[in-house]
Amino acid sequence: MLFALDVTKQQGWTILAVTGELELATAPQLRQRVVGLVGDGDTRIVLDLSGVDFADSVGLGVVVAALKRVRGRGGDLVVAGAVPRVRDLFEITRLDEIIDLFPSVGDALAAGVGDAGTPMGRSNG
Amino acid sequence: MGEVRLEIPARADYLGLARQVVAAAAAVEPTFRDERIDDLRIAVSEATTNAIEAHADLDRDERIVIRCNLGDDCIEVEVMDRGSGFDPDEVEAMPDAEDPARLQHEHGLGLPLLRVLADEAEITSGEGGTAVRLVVYRSPHLAP
Repeated sequence: MLFALDVTKQQGWTILAVTGELELATAPQLRQRVVGLVGDGDTRIVLDLSGVDFADSVGLGVVVAALKRVRGRGGDLVVAGAVPRVRDLFEITRLDEIIDLFPSVGDALAAGVGDAGTPMGRSNG
Repeated sequence: MGEVRLEIPARADYLGLARQVVAAAAAVEPTFRDERIDDLRIAVSEATTNAIEAHADLDRDERIVIRCNLGDDCIEVEVMDRGSGFDPDEVEAMPDAEDPARLQHEHGLGLPLLRVLADEAEITSGEGGTAVRLVVYRSPHLAP
């Protein structure tokens, strides 16, 4: 199946949209793209998973690695638009306790203050 | 239904095929609920990913075998590799979410997920390889 990554910028955040299945065959592409973005100084990332119809633990693992990388540079990463099945996985593994999940990119940006120097607020307390 | 048997090369690009075949086998039974097939796809993905990684140091001709049997109320899937095996009881526990060390663990979610999503999960591992047996019932209330 097609796997694609698309990068846009909005309100000081980098929107990284993922399309396809996020697992062993595709996760390295996401990892590499995040490494590139962070290397370019893009450390405030909204990971748009609305186009991901399947993910497993390898996919979740690369999201954890991305979060670690951006936070290591003083940035942050949030997840937006995950379909219920993918969102369930974040909850089962309790990753939702360390990564903010938003229904959509719009919700994620609305929760932020729009100031490129200020971290986005948490959605789940 | 008879046994469905799939042999795949230990390559990541065959992982999706394994999921598709097992999900299609379950869908032969029309009362298999969609969310249970979703659970099955993830559990099979976890077991097959482990098998592919276990073959990293083996000859490329060594295959991973995936066998499934559809019963009246459940599907049984077995994923067998020829890797060097591991002790499933020795798998490192994940730190709590609030522990800063949690971010150091991008691996290790597979077996816990597999055990949550499958109604039965049994791992037999030795020097000759590992067999992961999964059972998923067509409806959660049918699980023992």
